[in-house]
Amino acid sequence: MIQTELAIVGAGPAGLSAAIEARRAGADVLLIDENARPGGQLFKQIHKFFGSRAHKAGTRGINIGTELLRESQELGIRTCLKGEVCGIENGQNLWVVIDRNRSEIVKAKKIILATGATENAVAFPGWDLPGIMGAGAAQTMINVNRVLPGRKVLMLGSGNVGVIVSYQLLQAGADVVAVLEAAPKLGGYGVHTAKVARAGVPFYVSHTVKQAFGTDHVEAVEIVKLDASFNQIPGTEHIMEADTVCLATGLTPLTELAWLAGCKFKYLPALGGHLPIHDDRMRTTKENIFVAGDITGIEEASTAMEEGRLAGINAAADLGYISEEEAKIRSREIWDSLNCLRSGYFGQKRRESKDLMLQTGNEVIQWKIH
Amino acid sequence: MNRIIHHPILGEKKPSKEVVIYVDDKPIIAHEGEMIAAALIANGIFINRYTLHKHKPRGIYCAIGRCTDCIMTVDGVPNIRTCITEVKEGMRITTQKGAGVWQKEDQQ
Ligand SMILES: Cc1cc2nc3c(=O)[nH]c(=O)nc-3n(C[C@H](O)[C@H](O)[C@H](O)COP(=O)(O)OP(=O)(O)OC[C@H]3O[C@@H](n4cnc5c(N)ncnc54)[C@H](O)[C@@H]3O)c2cc1C
Ligand code: FES
Repeated sequence: MIQTELAIVGAGPAGLSAAIEARRAGADVLLIDENARPGGQLFKQIHKFFGSRAHKAGTRGINIGTELLRESQELGIRTCLKGEVCGIENGQNLWVVIDRNRSEIVKAKKIILATGATENAVAFPGWDLPGIMGAGAAQTMINVNRVLPGRKVLMLGSGNVGVIVSYQLLQAGADVVAVLEAAPKLGGYGVHTAKVARAGVPFYVSHTVKQAFGTDHVEAVEIVKLDASFNQIPGTEHIMEADTVCLATGLTPLTELAWLAGCKFKYLPALGGHLPIHDDRMRTTKENIFVAGDITGIEEASTAMEEGRLAGINAAADLGYISEEEAKIRSREIWDSLNCLRSGYFGQKRRESKDLMLQTGNEVIQWKIH
Repeated sequence: MNRIIHHPILGEKKPSKEVVIYVDDKPIIAHEGEMIAAALIANGIFINRYTLHKHKPRGIYCAIGRCTDCIMTVDGVPNIRTCITEVKEGMRITTQKGAGVWQKEDQQ
């Protein structure tokens, strides 16, 4: 058995930021991640971030990741890598399988779940062929593992992940044959979309993949036009040669541990679906359990870091390392910053859903910060 | 083969120590510290397993350990997510068929 004051599950931008704040306040922290290296999805984000300068805008995700790792090392944060958290009990015991062959129970006074998200799939005939993968999977392969999963890539989805990964595929030396978007208009930030368009990649709005062909691997894809109700229009099909199809069709929060713990949920489609209810201190309905990052709704690394800091500060306050007053003041500052990140065309929708979440959270969450 | 050596943002790929791993008994060169699935792609191998009922080929899908499409039998242990498991010198990997079988008595 390993004992700790605060166990954090997931060492992505949210978990790392939470660990840094809590450790800085003096708490004994154990940061657990199933990967061999910390960083979550941050080290594949080689583009520059948006937001204000205070949010490290203009800095690339990889550099932010390196900075967070340096800070966590300086603070001597205890980490348990290659540790899969497979269970949670009584809101304080975590069952961790380490290195695939050793079982360990981690007993913690407080827990922060920062497990991130997973990519959505789209089913069409042939969608299970090798060569068809999440856009984030291709991003991981090119930017983290430095291998090209394909040469001629068709991207399904023109949202931010779709256009960012398309551009990164071009940078890695692949050819992006087209970006398809089922909706009648493009979905990503203008800056990223423009870069891909300038590189000569054709965009097809109101289009989707009808089917993929191939025996051991994708060889070609049939695309089709969609009407206003997203029905395929017969006779508009055409075939494109491609050895890879990337699906950039959204993410779903990884909430299993929160379900297992018995947290109450709220359905907010704009944030990715069923989400553990949390209040403005990132506390869930289950005593001693906090959440931060994509598990609370699909957003970006910058919001994940701010939510991580909130959870870290409030967990440390709950453990008695920060006064309630100070935690309140610092939380308010972080909320100002979050509200600023959640502005603009894309941010506003997330902001509205977050406000609904906080309303519910502040109403139903009863347990007190001591 | 499929390695990205030059990159406009990430720079040149740092030289890595090479290790030999065996895929269905054939030796391939991998880079120390990399994930098995990446080493396979680098060597042009895109099929990780065949499904239980329809025997259809599968490759990586999420590359972050979520979907289990990339599972293979590694050193006698089936169902290993190769996208988040590092290569080791001399590692023996087999393309998994269905649910796979444990290949060593003592690991059952
Ligand atoms: C593949 C992918 C690519 C993305 N690319 C972009 C992008 O280019 N731009 C952008 O703005 N956003 C992108 N996103 C959104 C991204 O999720 C956020 O930017 C940010 O990384 C979220 O931070 P997080 O800390 O909440 O989660 P993550 O960064 O996902 O970190 C969560 C960590 O927890 C670990 N974990 C989960 N469950 C367990 C468990 N049970 N036991 C142990 N460890 C566990 C995971 O392996 C992971 O390391 C991407 C998301 C994904 C999934
Ligand atoms: S590709 Fe999804 S678990 Fe490996």
